[in-house]
This record gives sequence, C-alpha cells and structure tokens, in this order.
Amino acid sequence: MRHRDWRAIGAFAVLTGPVVLGLGLFKYVAIAWSFLLSFNDARGTITLGNWIGFGNYAFLLGDDAFLTSLTTIAVFTVFIVPITFVASLGLAVLINSIKRGKAFFRTVFLIPAAVSYVVAALVWKMALFNGLPSGVANVVGGLFGADPVPWLSTTSPPVYWVAVVTLRLWLQVGLYMILFLAGLQAIPPSLYEAGELDGTSKWQAFRYITLPQLRNTSVAVLLLILIAAFQAFDEFYNLFGTGLSGTATAPVKPPLVYLYDSALGDQNYGVGSAGAFLLTVIIVAITLLQGRFVGFGKKD
Amino acid sequence: MAVLPLSRKTPKYVLASVLAVIFLLPFYIMLRNALMTRQQVGSPDWSWLPDPLSWVNFGDLFADASVPMAHSLWNSFLVAVVTAPVGTLFGSMAGYALARIPVPGRRFVFTYVLVTLMIPQSVTFVPTFVVVGSMGGVNTEWGIIAPNLFSAFTVILFRNFYLRFPAGIEEAGRLDGLGYLGVYRRLVLPNSGSMIASLGALMFIESWNAFLWPLVIGQDPSSWTAQIALSTFLTAQSVNLPALFAGALVTIAPLVAMFLVAQRFIVRGIAASGLKE
Repeated sequence: MRHRDWRAIGAFAVLTGPVVLGLGLFKYVAIAWSFLLSFNDARGTITLGNWIGFGNYAFLLGDDAFLTSLTTIAVFTVFIVPITFVASLGLAVLINSIKRGKAFFRTVFLIPAAVSYVVAALVWKMALFNGLPSGVANVVGGLFGADPVPWLSTTSPPVYWVAVVTLRLWLQVGLYMILFLAGLQAIPPSLYEAGELDGTSKWQAFRYITLPQLRNTSVAVLLLILIAAFQAFDEFYNLFGTGLSGTATAPVKPPLVYLYDSALGDQNYGVGSAGAFLLTVIIVAITLLQGRFVGFGKKD
Repeated sequence: MAVLPLSRKTPKYVLASVLAVIFLLPFYIMLRNALMTRQQVGSPDWSWLPDPLSWVNFGDLFADASVPMAHSLWNSFLVAVVTAPVGTLFGSMAGYALARIPVPGRRFVFTYVLVTLMIPQSVTFVPTFVVVGSMGGVNTEWGIIAPNLFSAFTVILFRNFYLRFPAGIEEAGRLDGLGYLGVYRRLVLPNSGSMIASLGALMFIESWNAFLWPLVIGQDPSSWTAQIALSTFLTAQSVNLPALFAGALVTIAPLVAMFLVAQRFIVRGIAASGLKE
C-alpha cells in the first residue's frame, strides 16, 4: 500500500551505514563474543571452545581482590560524587553572581579539564603529594606546624584519599560548573524579582527558586559524575599501580584496574570478560536506581 | 586587573581569586619543576623559582631512546587528528538521517544506536580488545583509532541538533533538484559548522587524553601515545624528574592552547553533551 521511496532508503543507508556497521562490530559483536568468552576457560586465548559454565563468575565472586576493588570504588564514589556536585554548583553560583572578570574566572576553573589524568597523576604523585618535606602539600602543612605526611602510602588513616579526590576534583569540577552555569542562565530573572517582592532572603531564593529550577541539570550532572566515578582507572593506575613507575604505595585497586590486570596482565580473557559483565550489571543497576530516586524518568 | 572598589561583592572576588590561585598552582608547579635541575627538584628546601633555568630537561625528554617521546607525540597527534573529524562526520551523517529522512525502520536504527549508550564505555575495553585483537589491530594506529570513530553519544547529539534544523534550507535544495544526499552534503553539512566545531573539539580532547584504550591496544613502544609514554617514562633507566615534568608540559600544551582559542565551542560542546543526554 505504502509507496517505498528507494532513494530515501538508499540515502538513509549511506548516511547511517558507517555508524551502524561500526557499532555493530565494536559493540554488538564485541559484547556477544566477550559474553560467550566469559563462560570459557580463555587463558592466553580469545578463541571459544573451552566451556566452563559459570566458573569465571564464581572465581570473581570468590576472589577477595575483586570484592575489595568493589569496596574501593564504592568508597571513592561516596566521597567524589557529593564533593564534586557541591563544588561545581558552588563555583557556578559564585561566578554567576560576580560581574567583572566572569570570563576570566570561568576559564581558570575550566582549564584543568584540558589536562589528562596521566599528567595530573604525575603532578600529584611527584610534586604535590610526594610525601617529601619539599612536597607542596607538606610545605603548606608545615606553615601550620604539621609534620610531613607520606600521603600516598599512608593507609591508616587512609589519607591517600585526599590525593585521589582532589586530583579528580581539579580535573572535573570545571566541566560540571559549565553545565550548572548554563542551567543558571536559563532561570528567568522574573522569578527572583517576584521573590524579592515577597521579601525572601538570599538563602531562601537559592533553596526555593535556584535549586528547583536546576533540577534537570542536577540530575544530569549527578549521573555524569557517578558514571565517571565508576569508570575510574587512569589516576589509580598512575598513582598506585604500574604507571609512573609504580613505587610502593597504598594497595588501591578499583575494578577497572583489576580487570586490566586480569585481561591484559594475566591474559585471562575469560575472567576479564566475566568481570566486564558483572561491572556492567552493577553500573546499569545503580544508574537506574539513582534514576528512581531523583526522577530521571522525566526526560523526553 | 583594575583595583576593585570595596563593596558587598568584595568577599566574592577574594574567594574567586583565592580559588583561581589554587586551580592554577598545579600548572605553576609543572612549569617550575620542568625548569629546575635534578638537584633542585630533589632538594629538601622549598623554593618558588628555578635558579638557574634548566632548559636541558626538554632535550633530555627527547633523548631517552627507551621512551620514544617524539614518536609518541606524533602518534597522539595522528590519533586525535583522524578521530575528531571523521568521528564527528559519522555522527553528523547518522544524526541527520535519523532526524530528517523518513524511512521505515528508522525507529529501529535509533534504538540500535541508543542501546549502546547503556553499556559503560570503559568496561567494553575487554570485548573491544577481543575483536580488534582478532583483526590484527594490536600495536597499530588504526587499532587505537577505529573503535572510537563510532560514538552513539555524538549521533544522539547531532540528531537533537537536526531535529531543530530549519526546514526551509532543505526545501530550497529539493526544489533545485537535489536528492537527500545532495541536500546533506551541499546544504546541511556546511550549515552545521558550530555543532561540528563543538563536538569535534570535545572529541579531539578526549582522544588526545585517552589512556586506557591506547594502553590496552598499543603495547609496543612504537604504537605508544604521549600519555602512555609519559606514564612509562620513569621506568626507563634513570629517574629524571625535571624531564618528566617537561614531558607533562609538552603533552598538555596543544590542548591548553586549543582551549584558549576555541573556548566558545568547547563550552558549547560541554553544555550540549551534558544536558541533552
């Protein structure tokens, strides 16, 4: 009944072709293959044929190192998500409220986003938190009479978190600040004028006008911070792992470092694949759960 | 900066300035350490300024044969300079077709793309390694580049952009006898400059700074990117800290320069990618 426009179909196929094929190969085929591999004993090989059922999954769930890596990332997330959220919102409100030099301050807070995790880890590990008396953190601490602290190797109390959290904060806070700035600028000024007529205080205006108006932005930012936190690899690998000539420091291994070590280090692609799927399930579940709590279902 | 009059706003400027100094400090430290001698960097006494300025570190950086820094920088450049434009073009093509070409099955293709967003990118490095490895992509530049040319995220952002695209442009082209492909190539693409610049800049930054995937697939020094070279620099025979910091400076310089020049597009790209998720 319907007339088929073959020229339209042809154009559609040409334009979507590269992405459809690329995603097909590097996502769908890759994930299907890896899923099958996760049920195989695939040590030193990526070919199928050594079916062992749930053996790799059982191994992972029984491996203390894997479970510890989950705890590590959970602790990291608990720190980094609220701190990054509040800091980026705070910076956005601060910049939005000043008149002169807005562009200058925005640039300064955004520019660390151009720096890679490797470079940031290098500066944090070798200069700021190197634990030497001449390390910047210890020099600053010395001004207040504090003794030098070996930041990255002190596990009790776990002060290495200070380095890990500040590193990511420095790199990421500008990105989320930009998102909040865009959200702030979209709030109609008339709302604040109406509030002023009603005699609201600064804090009340923030609480009852700004925050509700930023709801969608906040949900997006929270999700982005959370997903980014769960995918942490670069800074842990370079601060504590093999990167930047891994000198002895606190044994901090988030799941992706664990995965990297099993798949690329031990060449155990079965365990690596199984770990990838366990993590995917965990990340998707948490993302959906967070959506439930903060109402992500409102999009579109 | 001009002297600001004391006012209600003054505490805000003080706070912003203090924070600005803190944010800039790591950059200063990088510069300072890159220009110090090895003795000075290792000295237990703190000093703000390198004395004398030690430019030799930049030479050391490129002299270490076990870490091919120059070649790694070239690899990074190659990867970013291919990934950003090609990836953005693919995203624009698919985004346009999904937004504006009404064909049966369009919804299915859209869902097909959308589903891949649900799978966390960095978790897929094992599956992707399995595929790229089996195709002989280990230790090759194309192995680093290929999987990153196809971004569901970019497709979705372009689709949103083209949904709001003025229809008049296309109608004019249609009247002149152009087909869908002609309209896209001659009219739509040239009018997507700002969106292409925004997402292209973001993609360039992402591929320049990428670490996990290049580490996984580029195991041989000949296929290292600058990030990998920097990360392994210290395992070379000598611990040369100032040269390492010189390497950090050289690695971030292109991006910081790009940030300062193309800031408008970068800010727009971040805003688009965050809010239209």
